[in-house]
Amino acid sequence: MTIIQIQFATGLFTDFTTQTIALGTAVLGLMSGLLGVYATLRKQSLLGDAVAHAALPGIALAFLLTGTKNIWIILVGAGISGWLATFWISGITFNTKLKSDTAMALVLAVFFGVGLVLLTHIQRMPNANQSGLETFLFGQAATLLRRDVYAMLAIAGIALLMVFLLWKEFKVFTFDPAFSKAMGFNNTFLEFCINFLIVLAIVTGLQTVGVILMSALLIAPATAARQWTNNLTVMVILSAFFGIVAGLAGTVISGATHNLPTGPLIVLVSVAIVFVSFIIAPESGWIGKLRAASKSRKNLSANNLIARLFEICKTHQNKKHPHTLAIIKTIPGFNMKAFRDIQRRGLVQLNKDDEWCLTDKGISTAQSMYPQKEKSI
Amino acid sequence: MSAPQLEIQLIASLVALACAIPGVFLVLRKMAMISDAISHAILPGIVVGFLITNSINSPLLIILAAITGLLTVVFVELLSKTKMLKEDAAIGLVFPFLFSIGVVIISRYAANIHIDTDAVLMGELAFAPFYRLTISHVDLGPLSAWTAGAAFVVNLAFVMLFFKELKITTFDAALAASLGFAPAVINYILLGLVSLTAVVAFDSVGAILVVALMIAPGATAYLLTNNLKRMVAYAALIAVASALAGYWTANFFDTSIAGSIASLCGVFFLLTFLFAPANGMISNLIRKRRQKIEFAQMTMLLHIYNHSGDNDDIDERRLDSLDEHLRWSHQYIRRIMGYSLKNGLVKLDDGVIYITEKGKLFVEAANRLILRKHDPGFETLRREFVLFTD
Repeated sequence: MTIIQIQFATGLFTDFTTQTIALGTAVLGLMSGLLGVYATLRKQSLLGDAVAHAALPGIALAFLLTGTKNIWIILVGAGISGWLATFWISGITFNTKLKSDTAMALVLAVFFGVGLVLLTHIQRMPNANQSGLETFLFGQAATLLRRDVYAMLAIAGIALLMVFLLWKEFKVFTFDPAFSKAMGFNNTFLEFCINFLIVLAIVTGLQTVGVILMSALLIAPATAARQWTNNLTVMVILSAFFGIVAGLAGTVISGATHNLPTGPLIVLVSVAIVFVSFIIAPESGWIGKLRAASKSRKNLSANNLIARLFEICKTHQNKKHPHTLAIIKTIPGFNMKAFRDIQRRGLVQLNKDDEWCLTDKGISTAQSMYPQKEKSI
Repeated sequence: MSAPQLEIQLIASLVALACAIPGVFLVLRKMAMISDAISHAILPGIVVGFLITNSINSPLLIILAAITGLLTVVFVELLSKTKMLKEDAAIGLVFPFLFSIGVVIISRYAANIHIDTDAVLMGELAFAPFYRLTISHVDLGPLSAWTAGAAFVVNLAFVMLFFKELKITTFDAALAASLGFAPAVINYILLGLVSLTAVVAFDSVGAILVVALMIAPGATAYLLTNNLKRMVAYAALIAVASALAGYWTANFFDTSIAGSIASLCGVFFLLTFLFAPANGMISNLIRKRRQKIEFAQMTMLLHIYNHSGDNDDIDERRLDSLDEHLRWSHQYIRRIMGYSLKNGLVKLDDGVIYITEKGKLFVEAANRLILRKHDPGFETLRREFVLFTD
């Protein structure tokens, strides 16, 4: 990026249109981050993909039936057809021997096919008002108007309120449906609510990100957040935050590069957040795991050294019998690093003859390594 | 029918056939969504290949894109192996990522590329006859027909040559491995062919409808048979039928051919889902209703039997008070009683129910069935005692 482009990017948020788009993508990121948590935790990441594709015929049909491009009508159409898709998917899985992956792929592709048929039909109609529906395929953030953003805000408000009110029910149901049923919660209703909210999140993103890439926005922030925490509250907040960051960053990059589409850029940013999380997340991240492994390797060789030294000393009357470093070096698995480590921990010390002997602490550490053996004797 | 029309139908049928054959195994291996991932993820491969070769039908492009598809599978497997995320989440992350890269490259070099985003989704089957394969000025027909035909032949050859290997690795990978087959190798060859087919089909039907052509015929065939060979054959038939019917529907309504082929795939599935003889919704409903009535007859007969003979108790067998003992409604009791009377399992005399000799035999057989002693099997029971006739 040149300096001019950076200045352009920083100046973005003063412009009214860009403010609208940024607000829209941020709301979208918040919504999808929030609800993606439940989708991924319930191992239903791909349901979002199916629902998003399946929204297409609803969009086209809503336009065909009413002849308007009113955002509410289009969104209701998309929502109904997306919801029908979840209904049909569970119907197929419940009633036949087909598994849920087949049901999803089938419903996704067939609904999308019907959507394309309707869309092509609309494009070939003489009516001039039609163009613009194709933007729902890949999304076009630039077409966001203030009232669209208000609609998105209202939907996000509904979602937030429902998650807040049904917080503990959702939590129990997500992690242990059987327990939730035993507690007397209505699982069918809870499943309906979660699916309904996921459909809402997807519908919100259709105009900005489009039906094809919307599912990634549901999965990525939640997967990233999962790497940082084991606490649902923290995960939801982090995921929503990552969603917002991805939305805003995508908008800024798109604005700075002029003709690059916002939707794919938001997806790329959110996937980048996932990969960064994979690498640097404290516990489950790649670096964290390497560190933990090296630490346990170090501990293992130090423990090995002290245990073997103790075994040798036990053959003598005095457990603090001194040995020269040359003898200690013959212990299998000896390395200088491990020796320094036990020396630093005060488990061995040098006597006046320049020989090493175990300290009291060293003896008790070595003995504590075999608790079962001591007990059984 | 004009020549281009015939050619379009030929291409559509060949693409459908090429997709349906590996699709059967994807359905059986519970990997249907992988086809969705691959068909999206080949986009950057196609775009980069196009930028290099400047032709949509170049073999280099096809190979490059097929490798991208296979890479998707490798990425997904590597990611899910880290245990940092579930396999479905891995699929859901990898393909939008690759697809986004494809879309970004297309819009970045929009001026130099003749594939626009619409073509990516819908394909251009209607224009396929314009691109001809000519060797030394002899017109050999549309190029797509040759590529789709080649994909079909390769897929068919693979399935025929490795039928036994495919069968055993699909249904019992552990057994296959212990017998010395290599499930992983077969898996990768299959997914490689899926990528290759997706690339070839992409050109004519677009990214998402590839999924319809791969999964829908296989899923439909699975509802019709439990025999693998028949399943492949049925899937192929359904695929061709969808392609041809889809073409004519599109022709009639003047709309997207690829979209209407996918819709027809859905229609065929829906019809099978509802009416399939053994696994369809309607035959399932009929079977459930029949089983319910048969079970109710069995329950009622057991009650009557228990209160006949040694511990005879007429009060337990009065038709009017049976509702108190069985906790069924009067209406339901009358219905079940009707069936049992018709089957000759009980007799009615002055409002009291008596069990017949046939009824006794039935109860004893049912007892053996319930206790699993010399189990006669329910079908035998049904045959001998005609439990349900409408």
